[in-house]
Amino acid sequence: MAMVAQAVPVDVLPGDLPGEVVPPVVDWAALVPLIVLALGALLLLTFASLLRGRVGLRFFTAWTALVGLGAFVTAIPLWARVQGWADGFAWWDPADTPAGPFSTLGGALGVDGFSVLLTMLIALAVVVCSLVVAGQAARDGETRAETHVLLLLSAVGGVVMVGANDLLVLFLGLETLSLAVYVLAAMNLRRVQSQEAGLKYFVLGAFSSAFFLYGIAMVYGGTGSTSLADITSFLSTNLVVGNSSLLVLVGIALMVAGLGFKVAAVPFHSWSPDVYDGAPTSSVAFMASVVKVAAFAGMVRVLLLGFDTFAADWRPILQVLAVLSLVGGALMAVVQTNIKRLLAYSSISHAGFILLGVEAAGTQGTRAVVVYLVAYTFLVIGSFAVVSIVGRSGDGAHAVDAYRGLGRVSPALAATFTFLLLAQAGVPFTSGFYAKFYAVIAAVDAQSAWLAVVAMLSAVVAAYLYLRVVVLMWFTAPGEHTPAPGLRIPATTGWALAACTAITLFIGLLPGPLTSLADEAPAVIVEPADPLAGSGGGDLPADLSDLLGGAGVPTGAGNGAP
Amino acid sequence: MLLTDTTVLLSATTAGESYSDFVRSYLTVGIFALLALALVATLLGAGALLRPTRPQPGKYLTYESGVDPVGEGWAQTQVRYYIFALLFVIFDVEAVFIFPWATRLDGDTELVDSAGNVFEVLGPYGAYGLIKMLLFIFVLALGLVYAWRKRVLRWM
Repeated sequence: MAMVAQAVPVDVLPGDLPGEVVPPVVDWAALVPLIVLALGALLLLTFASLLRGRVGLRFFTAWTALVGLGAFVTAIPLWARVQGWADGFAWWDPADTPAGPFSTLGGALGVDGFSVLLTMLIALAVVVCSLVVAGQAARDGETRAETHVLLLLSAVGGVVMVGANDLLVLFLGLETLSLAVYVLAAMNLRRVQSQEAGLKYFVLGAFSSAFFLYGIAMVYGGTGSTSLADITSFLSTNLVVGNSSLLVLVGIALMVAGLGFKVAAVPFHSWSPDVYDGAPTSSVAFMASVVKVAAFAGMVRVLLLGFDTFAADWRPILQVLAVLSLVGGALMAVVQTNIKRLLAYSSISHAGFILLGVEAAGTQGTRAVVVYLVAYTFLVIGSFAVVSIVGRSGDGAHAVDAYRGLGRVSPALAATFTFLLLAQAGVPFTSGFYAKFYAVIAAVDAQSAWLAVVAMLSAVVAAYLYLRVVVLMWFTAPGEHTPAPGLRIPATTGWALAACTAITLFIGLLPGPLTSLADEAPAVIVEPADPLAGSGGGDLPADLSDLLGGAGVPTGAGNGAP
Repeated sequence: MLLTDTTVLLSATTAGESYSDFVRSYLTVGIFALLALALVATLLGAGALLRPTRPQPGKYLTYESGVDPVGEGWAQTQVRYYIFALLFVIFDVEAVFIFPWATRLDGDTELVDSAGNVFEVLGPYGAYGLIKMLLFIFVLALGLVYAWRKRVLRWM
């Protein structure tokens, strides 16, 4: 007591007082890509409304593309930090902050190779999508900033999802992503199908979000936390049996169902052809790419980082989803007479391939997911860009018959579409080949060879439907639905197509750079740095503890296990 | 079904082994639900048994304070109200967040221990909370600017 009385005044440490709120440690450098996208969206909305009529589509497009590129560039220092580049990059200096994956915002947001690489992918996808949107809007005489704002806002949600280390943060990202996309689907005010698509997507999306949220509640009941780090440490240090394990299992099943809706895996796919058919084609390019990237990233983070110990339970679920998606998607696509529905079913089949990678539950699988997502994103944006051109003014001509004899009407467009379709079929020297290759390898390595066989058989069926369109374009005469000669390709859509084709060809010829990037991009979980570490926390004078009513126990970063 | 479940639960309670406390605590909910159903059924059933039944066409008219109803029951509502409802939701949410924040923003606390040392502690949310809330209000203000420029605030 005497020693305490002579002690120099101690600082009261954060979290020592009852009822005091300790703000989480925020690593602002880690949030720059996110802030660039969010601020870009808000400023664009404000500028566009304040400068009404004085700025046009060209400004909106340039702004969105610049913001997307900005998010891409500002993610590079993060990549440098995660990979530990010896001499740093831009504002990351290895001398100041240690290299390696880390987490911020109290461990809610993880920055690892997986999240940074997919953040970059989403940023690039936003750039390309904004070009496609601009092309279609210019042709149809629409000058709205809202479409571009929604692209950026949705991308914000996607970036949150790919880095979420907490189930509730993942849910926030999912909602930000989805709400913007619901509106994008209903953006074509002149087509009643677009309104219908928006409503349908909204109702089913809200339904699936409820599933996901219910799953989170179950998991919280079973493990006592929503943080993936806490869940993992709880599940690996406690034997979870009986009712607790039931709660966790139900939670996993509900979350898989919720994310299954978003990726349109087969029992949860029924919205996707209708929505793709009704929504404006340029928005579909975004929906089919960024939404799937974010949803699959969320699936990988939840299942691999949070519930690795339950892999034996969720792998069979994913196997069933994968087989149904692969076979169902390919078979249903064959009978479609509408090109957008056909591509919707083909993207369901692609989702089956990506599920193979998630199902493999390991670094091989994650690599396959990343490679497939990168390849698929540009394939699907390119394909829908072509569809938006052939759909012509009003965005309504989407019968497969519209592609009859396209090779004679517009050889360049037909050649590009042929290339993209062949890439989707997985023909060698295209990115699609390597994407499917790594997915199959991952399945074989994970002792699911039968799944790999199913995948390859379904790829053969899917090849038939892509070739059917190719044959229509080149070996039949133009019919009544075919665009008239002199079909105009909007300039920005042309650039987007060139970019997609170039990337697809580049990955097809030289897969090395992409696969080495994907090898360096495993999803890992890092516990947040203890905000009190090194500050001598935990040594309150005895009488100060009394003063605080015995509640002054320092709240270090516990592992959350109840 | 509910009844059998409850019976199983009851027997499990007596056995004391098969169900955890967590599940058993839902027994209260089940009993409460049964009681509620029983209460409603009793009251409505008693009413149906006791009251006299003499149907007349006049009894099926809508009751409007003794005046005979005129026209249709369906009416059109001004759709322009929904914009105001949307704006209201925004500021409603703002208020929901700001009120609890404001009650906790206040007050640097001074603590004195037995040795006479004075400790100064910032308010619960401190500067971090202030900046966060200003950001939140800023984003909402941008939304209001957007609504104003879209001529949503004008009565049309």
